[in-house]
Amino acid sequence: MSEDFDHPDIVLEPHGPMLVRGASTIRDAEGTLHSVDRPVVALCRCDKSSRLPWCDGTHKVIPRRRTS
Amino acid sequence: MPKPRGPLSEWVVARLADSGAHPVGAAPLAHVTDDEAIALWSLHELSYRGFEDASDDAERDPEVLVVRHGLERALEQRLRARWDHAGTDVPEPAGVPDALEALVAADDGPSLADHVRRRADTDQVLEMLRQRSVYQLKEADPTTWVVPRLPTRAKAALMELQFDEYGGGNPNRLHAHLFAKGLESVGLRSEYGAYVDDALPETLELNNALSMFGMQRRLRGAAMGHLAAFEMTSSIPARKIAQGLGRLGLEGAMVGYYDEHVEADAVHEQLAARDICGTLAEDEPDQVGEILFGAFTCLDLESRVATALFDAWGVER
Repeated sequence: MSEDFDHPDIVLEPHGPMLVRGASTIRDAEGTLHSVDRPVVALCRCDKSSRLPWCDGTHKVIPRRRTS
Repeated sequence: MPKPRGPLSEWVVARLADSGAHPVGAAPLAHVTDDEAIALWSLHELSYRGFEDASDDAERDPEVLVVRHGLERALEQRLRARWDHAGTDVPEPAGVPDALEALVAADDGPSLADHVRRRADTDQVLEMLRQRSVYQLKEADPTTWVVPRLPTRAKAALMELQFDEYGGGNPNRLHAHLFAKGLESVGLRSEYGAYVDDALPETLELNNALSMFGMQRRLRGAAMGHLAAFEMTSSIPARKIAQGLGRLGLEGAMVGYYDEHVEADAVHEQLAARDICGTLAEDEPDQVGEILFGAFTCLDLESRVATALFDAWGVER
């Protein structure tokens, strides 16, 4: 039988952003409302993005914290 | 059609323009890789938008297909020899996203984006945009060929990514269209294929590899690995290029194009590495090596284009 697959609306990427599917607006930490015009957005989790609340890939150049 | 660069591309251009009956004869050998590259580029183009001055049924002309097959085989052998030479370890399927990340992190090729951000002059930036336009005016199209060849999860994820590339259904947001508007904003021509005659052999090889990966089912893993590496090396460079354009006073639609890619590709790289390549590797474990071969090839060809431009400009890398 064909299986059902996981397809979460929100995904926390390891050492990466939070992917959000199907959102139409996002409120950032300053209270500003941003409209969303793409099917999936990546929200910054490292707080170092140059265009918050969106991820701009900057997390990749930040040294990672030890996890073990 | 493009200007021929040697006997082989002369044969191709004449053959494609000819709609009548003709005797079967062997195509001449190319003397230089430039000739081979423009010949294969022209043959691939028949499967995209074609040429006004080419016969409309040339795409499936058996003699033309024989030449295309021979050129693709030579290109693939060359790309695989470079990959073999790199000697990268091939992981278990579950390790594919991390292996892609490691491959990208280890890439030490010269960076056009760094140069554009800090030092490039306007002529150099315009030259880079002309070279990029060969692909960017059909951005995402070579990858779309792969959709029907993928298992369920990778197929859905690729469509999620491609839908964004195509503007979510809004033609004004289609990435190739944004690039065309960007070209016009910096005073360059925006019609499809405008700068093919200026394309360096390295630019043509990059485009030919992308089309070949996209159009052959056997090479689907390489196509998806290429996509992942491309997306994983896009958002930070896009930001640098946008900064460089601003530094040179080239404000407007081209900055908008690169700004769009900062945000879009931060999403796409996650989708490409995990939801596309990660699930493809799980569902078809024999594709693991192919995915990494495609990713390596993306980085290698981008590096060759950058090297060729730096050499032409006399810039130290």
